[in-house]
Amino acid sequence: MTSTAVSRKPLGRGRIAVHLGCLAALLVMLYPLAWLLATSLKPADEVVASLDLLPGHLEWSNYRTALDGVNDVSVWRLLGNSLLIAGGAVVGNVLSCSLAAYAFARLRFRLRGPLFAFMIATIMLPHHAVLIPQYIIFNQLGLVNTYWPLILPKFLATEAFFVFLIVQFMRGLPRELEEAARIDGCGPFRSFFRVVLPLTRPALITTAIFTFIWTWNDFFTQLIYLFDQDKFTLTLALRSFVDASSTSAFGPMFAMSVIALLPIVLFFLAFQRFLVEGMASSGVKG
Amino acid sequence: MTTTAIPPEAKRAPAASPRSRTARRREGAAWVFLSPWVLGAIVLTLLPMAVSLYLSFTDYDLFSPPEWVGLRNYTQMFTEDPRYWRSVVTTLTYVVVAVPLQLALALVVALALKGMKRGKAFYRSAFYAPSLLGASMSVALVWRAVFNDGGTVDNLFGTGGWVNKPGWALLAVALLTAWQFGAPMVIFLAGLQQIPAELYEAAAVDGAGTWRQFLSVTVPMLSPVLFFNLVLQTIQAFQVFTPAFAISAGKGGPADSTLVYTMYLYDRGFVASHMGYASAMAWVLLAVIGVVTAVLFRTSRSWVFYASEGDR
Repeated sequence: MTSTAVSRKPLGRGRIAVHLGCLAALLVMLYPLAWLLATSLKPADEVVASLDLLPGHLEWSNYRTALDGVNDVSVWRLLGNSLLIAGGAVVGNVLSCSLAAYAFARLRFRLRGPLFAFMIATIMLPHHAVLIPQYIIFNQLGLVNTYWPLILPKFLATEAFFVFLIVQFMRGLPRELEEAARIDGCGPFRSFFRVVLPLTRPALITTAIFTFIWTWNDFFTQLIYLFDQDKFTLTLALRSFVDASSTSAFGPMFAMSVIALLPIVLFFLAFQRFLVEGMASSGVKG
Repeated sequence: MTTTAIPPEAKRAPAASPRSRTARRREGAAWVFLSPWVLGAIVLTLLPMAVSLYLSFTDYDLFSPPEWVGLRNYTQMFTEDPRYWRSVVTTLTYVVVAVPLQLALALVVALALKGMKRGKAFYRSAFYAPSLLGASMSVALVWRAVFNDGGTVDNLFGTGGWVNKPGWALLAVALLTAWQFGAPMVIFLAGLQQIPAELYEAAAVDGAGTWRQFLSVTVPMLSPVLFFNLVLQTIQAFQVFTPAFAISAGKGGPADSTLVYTMYLYDRGFVASHMGYASAMAWVLLAVIGVVTAVLFRTSRSWVFYASEGDR
């Protein structure tokens, strides 16, 4: 401590400068979010007329208007729809991706090398390359305008990124535990569910969080598959505000935007430590 | 010599030996574990890719059966469709502006946080937050309002709303992407922490200053992570949709200046019901992303440094 303090005396000022720079950058970075929160509480006449970030008085009625929803569909309904899709996606991804990952990480089978390479290649595959035929398939099955096209693919491990993430994690687990389980007479299924899966929890949580947030934020897939207002998600309902040219609806519109971001913020606050570390390790190992 | 090296029981194991039975059972188990993925890979990836390749040579509107038109979609796209080229140029401009800007911000902030003792976890989380929120419709709507006439940017710089000015509107989209630099920053930061301190000490002993250490130690040691981020963000940037859609109120304007590739694909396929044409566009996108990735990998040989290379 003392020796570095002496040898780096001029850095004291440098360190303060770094902190100041970071704080300044943070202010700019967080401005849009502050703006969102402030505007969601501004009365209609203040949105344009006043340049102050902070509202003159807090217009909570914006939130009451927002709760009424869009086109007679209440926000609770929209929120429920969004949660249903995101929840289904989380369950699907965690299940199907961990199953596939276990096979790739631990079991031997023919074509393992080529299939693994194929799986990695699909991480880079643009979604749009398969989008139209997928749409046609779901259309033929009469499943357009239902939630199946949004949830079913997750149960088939189509998001290879997560398969890869879990494979990487499982490879780091000690093999001895599985060997022991096998000597005790556990088959591959029991040793997967009893031994491997519990140890894989960190990777599964990372998968769950990212699946939730990406599905929650997803717009494109919902835009093409859902038509009925009462099947809309929060994201789709917000989209109908996009064309609104008048700023009079700003308050309720951004109140609804805040509501739409709340689940992500809650997820982030609850798991942020986990999330950032999971992200970093998956990225660097990749 | 060779014959003695092979253990006798492995040389010609009888099919019914307990060992191969377990092996076969384990192979069977592997396919059970894999079955959802295999089904998805065939039904939702391989089959759709083949179908979209076929459709790209047809006229198809979802209602009447596809009609074979040979290469017409492709020739029309390349020679008769100015909006297509417009969307290509728009997307390339966006990629070339947004990705380097985002990665530069990520690297600078990661370097600033690297040596920090206090507050690092806080800054890391705070700078990361936009990466989680930025892809949402909510934030895209904020962006549109902040960059619109009478919005914050207009009031601050007196430039008028960027959203209604060709060129500037796309910059607003790119800034929204750059704003989400937290994800690559976290990866940079993890990469920086894996650089052994001995390398810096050795460089310092050799008389290298801060700048020299950055160029001779940090840059080469970080290059694999930089490469990883570059490939990942470039591939993602080619597929940008939501921010361009929201900032232009779903129209790709002004004057098609934010009509990125995927928006035009959506317009052709799902608004105008030209599924064949849109399929052809999807395959060109796939090919372009493939070529760009291949080029990045090829150039990486000359600038990405793998420390473990000597061991191999």
